[in-house]
Parts: sequence; structure tokens; C-alpha cells
Amino acid sequence: MKQVPDYQVVLIGGSAGSIPVISELLQQLPATFKIPVVLIVHRMRNINSQLDVLFSRNAVTRKVVDTEDKMALQKGKVYLAPQNYHLLFEDDKTLSLDYSDPVFFSRPSIDVSFESAAAVFGPATLAILLSGANQDGSNGAAIVAASGGTVWVQDPATAESDVMPLAAVRACAQALVLTPAEMGKQLQQL
Amino acid sequence: MMVRPVFEKHEMEQLLHMVHHVYGYDFSEYSKASLNRRIQKFMHDKGLMDSKSLIQLLAGDRLSFQFFLETVTVNVTEMFRDPSFYKCLRQQVIPILATYPQINIWHAGCATGEEVYSLCILLHEAGLLHRCRIYATDISPANLEIAKSGVLPLHHMREYTANYHESGGVLDFSDYYTAHYDKVLINKQIRERVVFLQHNLVTDHSFNEFQLILCRNVMIYFNKQLQNKVLKLFYESLSPLGFLALGMKESLLFSEIKSKMSAFESAVKIYRKKNK
Repeated sequence: MKQVPDYQVVLIGGSAGSIPVISELLQQLPATFKIPVVLIVHRMRNINSQLDVLFSRNAVTRKVVDTEDKMALQKGKVYLAPQNYHLLFEDDKTLSLDYSDPVFFSRPSIDVSFESAAAVFGPATLAILLSGANQDGSNGAAIVAASGGTVWVQDPATAESDVMPLAAVRACAQALVLTPAEMGKQLQQL
Repeated sequence: MMVRPVFEKHEMEQLLHMVHHVYGYDFSEYSKASLNRRIQKFMHDKGLMDSKSLIQLLAGDRLSFQFFLETVTVNVTEMFRDPSFYKCLRQQVIPILATYPQINIWHAGCATGEEVYSLCILLHEAGLLHRCRIYATDISPANLEIAKSGVLPLHHMREYTANYHESGGVLDFSDYYTAHYDKVLINKQIRERVVFLQHNLVTDHSFNEFQLILCRNVMIYFNKQLQNKVLKLFYESLSPLGFLALGMKESLLFSEIKSKMSAFESAVKIYRKKNK
């Protein structure tokens, strides 16, 4: 049995149907949960979305930061990838934004953030992929696993849209398939 | 899983050193995460599997380097990007600019010109364009050629029209261009006050004093040190009470000029130089 590593970052990616699950997971994070959490959620372009406010309301113990360029990842905080940018990680553990072309019509792209985190954090990466209607994230999940990191995928049977989790399970044999309730419990033990 | 070419830190340094030495472009203070991603994209497109073959190709072939430059300098852009920003320019900044007899504007990192022409449309609607000189600069000669031509792809115009209206535009947006097959040409009247120049923010100096400087989503590709350097360059290039407009997710937070600027409209990242 693999020992639980000290994660330096928890990434949560999702698209259609993921927002209620993210809210649920954030609600279950104990006040003592110190690992920085980064959310990558597909959103509409050029529409002023208040997702950070929505998530903050649910996260009870912590505020969700609408990420700006070159912010440092800090313990105990939750970062939301801004609309219309890719979110990347620098070697010094700051966050960088990127406005290059969308991946699978998505910006932010989950693949881009997962892959970038894997390069910086390696085995200390925990990547969680939730409900979604396209296959963004599965390639990134495979790269996280190949770099020694951990991948959790929402049980497709519990996902409002199962395309994203099914693609991830196919692309990443090491992925652990969990229900949202199981994910919440496991997060509490980190 | 897509296999990425292996690219170690010292190989990146070798590559950047060669590019600087042979072509004069200094990417050493660019954000590594994003630069790495775009170099890998270039290698993937060219079928290159290691940094050695990449360095060999670029060192010996200027044409390949031009293509490399276009790939690594992101030039994705759109007209009236972030309509709330343009609304603020229209309603709050332009009325103040109108008090100057002559208005100098620097659009730094103009890519293919979409945001420059958006600004020109606002100035035109305010009756100010003839009093303005807009210096639009970019690192990439290929970008500047496209920008200068005023030709844009037609298929984005519906989205741009929506952006224009959302930014407070009330006129018929299609009056600003002529469509021809799958392209549109921005009217000459909108373009004629713009001067396009090649300028590298990393190495080049200021060239005038400006009432407004726009540099949106360009510095996200720089590391903090280079951002700070470029922000100082902008500060020195602004007239007293001049405006500085950044991208919606950029800020002066980590820069030395922070205390010398005031937030004019922080929601859309417009700052103003303090009058000493």
C-alpha cells in the first residue's frame, strides 16, 4: 500500500455538473486543511461570473481567491482559475496566467493546469477530476500520474455528465474512482 | 497520453542563450511555465524530439526562427476584449483625455491590432481621434504586418459586435469595416492615426511621453523582475496624471511603482500616475 505523500497542491477540475460537487467538497474541508487548493472550472467567456463569491459562501472556513497573475500559492487558501485564462505553475510556486489558444475549446483548460502542476510538484500533486461534458483533463491526469502524483476521478455513475470522468478513467489507469462523499472523507484525512 | 519532448532546465538556458546571441531577443526573464509550453508546442509542430535538434534548427535557419518567434510570443487577441474595461475607458478615461489639446497613446504589445482598433473606435465616437497619435508596438514583425493591414477574419465579427455593444457602443458596428469574402477591412478613417512600430519591452527604451499607456495581457508572460522593470519604463513614459491600463488579472501589487500610482478604477485595472 502506497504511503500517503505530503501533497503540496490539490487541483480540482470540472465542467458541466461539477459546481455542486466542488461546493460540497469545499464545505467538507476542515479548518485545519492547509494544502492550497486550485479550482479549474470551465466557464462562459466574457460574462462576469461570480463563481468565486459562490464558492466562498460554501467554503465556510476559507475565502476563494479569484486568481491574479504571479500570486504565490499560500497554505489554507483556495484559488479559482480566472475565466478566459490558462492557469500555470512556476518553479517558485507562484501562479502564472496565459492567454494562448483554448484546449478542447476550454480556457482555462484542466489539461494545461494539471500538466503544469505535475512539472512543478511531481509526486506532491493531487489532481481530482469531476463531472464534465468533454475530455479536457484526462491527458493532464495521465501526466500527473506518470509524474508520480495522485489522481482521483469522480465515479462516472454519480456524475451529472460522465464524459470527462469516463475519458479520464480510460486515459489514466492509476486513477482512483471515488464518489463525491468518499472524496470528501479522504480529503479530511490529508 | 501525449508524449512531450524532454526539456531540462539547462537545455532551456542553452536555447535562450543561443536565441539572444544570434537573433538579439532576450527571453531569459519570461515566465518559464508558459514559455516552456509554447516551445514544446513548436517542437511538436516541427516534429522535433529534443532540445539539441531544436537549437540546431533555429541557429541555422532565420525563417524557422521567425516561425518560432510567432509561436512563443502569444498573439491571441480580440476586439473589445473585456467590454467592462472598454466601457470604463469610454465613460471615465476618455472625457479626461478630451481636455488635452493633443493626446499621445502607447499601446504596448498590440499583437494583430484588434484592441488598437477598438480603442480608435472609442476615440472616434468621442470626436477625439484626429487629436490623437496612437503608437502601437509589438515584438513581432509578423504581428505588426497584419495589424497594419487592418484586415481581420470575418468569422469573429459577430462576437466583436456583441462586445462593442456591451462596452456601451450604440452605433452600427458594421459601419466600421467592409466585408470581403471571409475577411473584413477596418475603415481607413479608424486606422489613420495609428503608427505601428517594432518595440521590445525587454530591451528598448521609452520614446515619448503619453497620456495613456495600454499593456494588457502582455506582462503575464514575464517573470516578476521583468514585470517590475517594464512597469518602471511605463511610469517614466507617462505624463503627470497619465493613465495606465493593464489586463483584468494583472496588478501593480508586486511592483516598485505601486506607491506612485493611484487606482483609478481597480475593477478593470486602470491606474493613474500621481501628480507628485
